[in-house]
Amino acid sequence: MSVKKKKGLLGTLYANRVAYVYIAPFFILFAVFNLFPMIAGFALSFFRWDGLGPMHFIQFDNYVNLFQDVLFWKALKNTLFIGIIAHIPILLGGLVLAYILNSKLVKGQNIFKTIYFMPMVTSSVAISIIFMNLFGNNYGLINWFLSLFGEKPINWLGGDGSLIKVAVIVMFAWKWIGWNMVIYLAGMQGISNDIYEAAEIDGANHVQIVFRILIPLLKPIILFTLIQSTIGMFNLFTEPFILTNSSWGGGTNNGGLTLMIYLLSKAPQGGNAYGYASAVAYIITMMIVVISIVLNKVTADKDEPKKRKGRR
Amino acid sequence: MKTLLLLLIAIAVVMVVISIVHPIGKKISLYVILIAIALIMLLPFYMMFVMSTLKTNEIYSFPPIVTFGTNLVENFKSMVDQVNMPRAFLNSCIVTFSYVILVLFFCSMGGYAFSVYEFPGKNVLFAILLGTMMIPATAGMIPWFIMMSRFGWVNDFKALIIPGCANAFGIFWMRQYCQNNVPKALMEAARIDGCSEWTIFFRIIAPILKPAYASLGIMNFVNQWNEFTQALIILRKEKLFTLPLLLRSMVSDRGTDYGAMMLASTCAVLPLLICFLCASKFFMDGLTAGAVKE
Repeated sequence: MSVKKKKGLLGTLYANRVAYVYIAPFFILFAVFNLFPMIAGFALSFFRWDGLGPMHFIQFDNYVNLFQDVLFWKALKNTLFIGIIAHIPILLGGLVLAYILNSKLVKGQNIFKTIYFMPMVTSSVAISIIFMNLFGNNYGLINWFLSLFGEKPINWLGGDGSLIKVAVIVMFAWKWIGWNMVIYLAGMQGISNDIYEAAEIDGANHVQIVFRILIPLLKPIILFTLIQSTIGMFNLFTEPFILTNSSWGGGTNNGGLTLMIYLLSKAPQGGNAYGYASAVAYIITMMIVVISIVLNKVTADKDEPKKRKGRR
Repeated sequence: MKTLLLLLIAIAVVMVVISIVHPIGKKISLYVILIAIALIMLLPFYMMFVMSTLKTNEIYSFPPIVTFGTNLVENFKSMVDQVNMPRAFLNSCIVTFSYVILVLFFCSMGGYAFSVYEFPGKNVLFAILLGTMMIPATAGMIPWFIMMSRFGWVNDFKALIIPGCANAFGIFWMRQYCQNNVPKALMEAARIDGCSEWTIFFRIIAPILKPAYASLGIMNFVNQWNEFTQALIILRKEKLFTLPLLLRSMVSDRGTDYGAMMLASTCAVLPLLICFLCASKFFMDGLTAGAVKE
């Protein structure tokens, strides 16, 4: 770069110094605390390193070992199972509740909205502690309720460890349904009443209105909530961790082992396999990115403008 | 399970039938659905309050006791013996408030700059900023932790406050708000009157941004107050525990004193819950603000 041009660059920087100073904090912090770790993590995933001693370059061994680890597959299976099943109530339930509240038939919209939204401001740890009790084996409210219908007590959190996923799904759905509902409702309220009226005049019934008008118009918003809860699914940690009494193995038979617990159990919490843990982190990231892209592609409409949002 | 399913199906059939028969029936069915789900949402909270007033053996009784007991004071004493609740509360406050204040400061500055100033590279830099929102932070989690330990920030609140305090979403959100609400004429007028750029921002622009500060503040407050995973790997000393860490230490270490545990949960949850109930519309708008971006 020539001296003259450099001067010019400095000159421009100086002339716009206020703007650059205002935006600098983000770029500096991002570079230091996000970008650098991201790149370092990629590099680290090809090394064996205990965090202190020398680093050994081992090429793809971490990834190979990862895909051969039974526990990794178990964690992946658990995470996907919990995530996919839990999406049914939060998507459908959220839409149905929003549709009911948006119809002119019921009053008290704000009260219901507030109640459904309460879990979102509550600490996941506290929620897990409460649910741990509700799912209790010989004393929990849920087993008592089932016993009214002649069921034997079910060992949700113990047993062979498979039912702990049910408990996590219930908590996941309980927590996110209100959030989805509030977002969908905001989207529905942004749709002009004329559209509904026109549809009704044309003789459309509720099912047709929902599937032909509401869902297509809400697509961008539904996509947003889907991506958010997908990220939430891969980061699922607190609920199974607390329900299994802070077990890094995910409880009995690894029934509650999720990818996040698996990652943190390799390093820095349980073990010291920093290189291996970086490989796990990269695999999780890749899955989030791929799923987001697929969701975007699947829901993208060919014949409609992309940038439309429900509100504003 | 069969009986339960049959019962649910029967209720559903009855509701469908009465909705078809009469408009009032439809209204009733919709209310039944809404109220049933509202009760399910409220039940865990109610049980938490109830159990924090019960003796441990009452909590373990079957059928479960669902009315308030008389053991609140005892549970409180037991909780105070076990854990340092005020300290955890203070820690949570320190972490959350300093984080939120820094977020509001840096994000409003950045968003304002992207909205009103013209400078070379603006579009590229903004595109980079948007791009960073697409990448999950998980990728760099392990080196991030190593970095924190090299900085000596393990067991230090700084690790929870500094790295995320100028975040892309906040800047994006503030930029949107500035574009819709900051009249450029106002800045011109202030400049002619001889205000420096800093004065314009702090004296003239910041007051206009109040509603945006509120939404962004609430969003970040709730998330940081309930933050668990990061806090778990960073804060390992008991005197540094935030409320979620304190709760988890009660479960894993002492796991048997349910009454005290429930009371501690109540103490951790109630302040934010009360704020939420007082200003629920505000909270819901703030927390779902991300959904209406672009």
